[in-house]
Amino acid sequence: MGLVLRRLPAMLATLLIVSFLTFLLTSLLPGDPAIQILGADNANDPDSVEVVREELRLDDPLLVRYGAWLGDVARGDLGRSFRTDQQVADAILERLPVTLEVGGLAVLIALLVAIPLGTLSAFRAGGRADRVVTGASFGLLALPPFMVAILLILVFAVTLGWLPATGWVRFTADPIDNLRHAILPALSLAVGEMAVYTRLLRADMITTLQQDSITMARAKGIPTSRILFRHALRPSSFSLMTVVGLQVATIIGGAVIIETLFALPGVGRLLVDSILQRDLIMVQGCALVIAIAFVVINFIVDLLYTVLDPRIRYGSAATT
Amino acid sequence: MAALQPLDDAADRVLGLGVDDEPSLDVIPAPAGSGPRARRRWRFRRAGGKKGVAFWLAVAWLATVAFCAVFATRLPLPDPNRPNVIDRFAGFSAEHPLGADSLGRDQLSRVVHAARVSLVVSVSAVTIGLVVGGIIGTAVGYVRGRTERVVMAIVDVIAAFPALVLLLAVLAFVGRSLTVISVLIGALSIPIYTRVSRANTLSIAQRDFVHAAHTLGAKQSRILFREILPNVVPAVAAFALVAMGLVIVIEGSLAILGLSVEPPDPTWGGMIAASKPHLEEAAHLALVPAGAMFFTVLSLNFVGDTLRRGLDVRDSNL
Repeated sequence: MGLVLRRLPAMLATLLIVSFLTFLLTSLLPGDPAIQILGADNANDPDSVEVVREELRLDDPLLVRYGAWLGDVARGDLGRSFRTDQQVADAILERLPVTLEVGGLAVLIALLVAIPLGTLSAFRAGGRADRVVTGASFGLLALPPFMVAILLILVFAVTLGWLPATGWVRFTADPIDNLRHAILPALSLAVGEMAVYTRLLRADMITTLQQDSITMARAKGIPTSRILFRHALRPSSFSLMTVVGLQVATIIGGAVIIETLFALPGVGRLLVDSILQRDLIMVQGCALVIAIAFVVINFIVDLLYTVLDPRIRYGSAATT
Repeated sequence: MAALQPLDDAADRVLGLGVDDEPSLDVIPAPAGSGPRARRRWRFRRAGGKKGVAFWLAVAWLATVAFCAVFATRLPLPDPNRPNVIDRFAGFSAEHPLGADSLGRDQLSRVVHAARVSLVVSVSAVTIGLVVGGIIGTAVGYVRGRTERVVMAIVDVIAAFPALVLLLAVLAFVGRSLTVISVLIGALSIPIYTRVSRANTLSIAQRDFVHAAHTLGAKQSRILFREILPNVVPAVAAFALVAMGLVIVIEGSLAILGLSVEPPDPTWGGMIAASKPHLEEAAHLALVPAGAMFFTVLSLNFVGDTLRRGLDVRDSNL
């Protein structure tokens, strides 16, 4: 647990800076933030401007305001939308499960495809299978999620009619129907990730397979599949894990677009809708939650190293 | 802090930043004679040139796109924004080689004009990122010390923020135009270029010819500008090509959300978004702009990747 304590300050510092940047969004607006937040329609009414100034403490100095805002955020109060009169935290919590399900499913699909393909590709490096996998994954890198989404909708929803093109059903309402609605969005996000993971695992696996321990295992007559998945996969998966964490940023970015294309009620869609309606308090809340999620996920990924790599757990140099 | 090491490593690797970031087949002793390296060389030689046919095809495609973007208004094409009720959803024909969209606007003309937005955004955003990030990265990579630690810490924090979310949030607050979008994407990409150029500077600064220059008593400025910079610039420029593809995708994503340039001016992403309700009757409305964008990004990735590899090889022979 020493590692958690050592890494914690760095993470908290990052969170603090990220929260400050998000806070600045409403403060750096040109002109009077209150008028910007109210929008042109209501800005003529001095009373409502006064209410907004009051609620956002706009008459206080910047740092005092930041402190008060941070205190509210720590208590789970992200403010109230001046457009929908909804509590920002409630609105986000209501939509978070959708984004988490689609994003989680996407990572799962990508890993389930990438691990066997990357391993096969590394094992037969230079062979025909490797060339096909490497070439295909290079091509997929040039295919952004929104393009995959359109192609998937075209094939599975419009032409074949197997899956719904838009909409969402809650898991608690109907698990099967929920999955039918989640699969195309998840696949759209997964395709690009698949390519990234496969290429990375292949590269690391090729290095691992050159090591003496693998030669030794082969000499002992251990079956190939056991060598690949029990001996070689674990030491080859460190950078894969890090990248899965870092790619969360890409997935979140993708989710914003995918949720809009598939009309899913997720956090990404909430962010886009709020931007289009210039609901700035809601934008701020969404940006903060997304950034915190990203920092925390990467912190957890860092800690997972200790599970995978005993060298770090026991504090010796992990330079190799 | 040992645990940080693999993280930095992998972060560099996924972004294609490290100097030998890909433990590619080239650096591994090929097993028993007919190794992959030998085979690859043979393939290249048979392809008739150092770079291979695919490389020149990609270059040709990029040249075509650039030409279309620059001379879009001079080409003999109909007005991309002129609607025509009769031709709604027209298929491929002599009059509309790539069909017409839901308002009867000529698809070929729109795809060609849309290349302009992609070109302007990608070139200007990449230039901003490359120049600012390149200077910062090379400088801190050469000077090192506390300056480097502070700058890189800042870079790490900014890079830790999901870029698209930051971009969307800022766009919501400052409004959108081609200039704002280009400048914002460029500014947000500065940290990445800082990392790439720093990584390259660090490794170049360790090379024998730099040590030799030191030993011969060359001035710091001479070493920086005559020895290090000429070796850093090509590698970072190759990365910039890949980054250009990324910028095109980001602009496309913004267009899908309706946050890119104002309609009716065409962009590839905007055309894809507009085609979605009509997928059933006119799938080509989605496939044509998607294809244009896909081949452009693919070509940029391919050319950038090939050049980067070429640079690595040249470096290792020095």
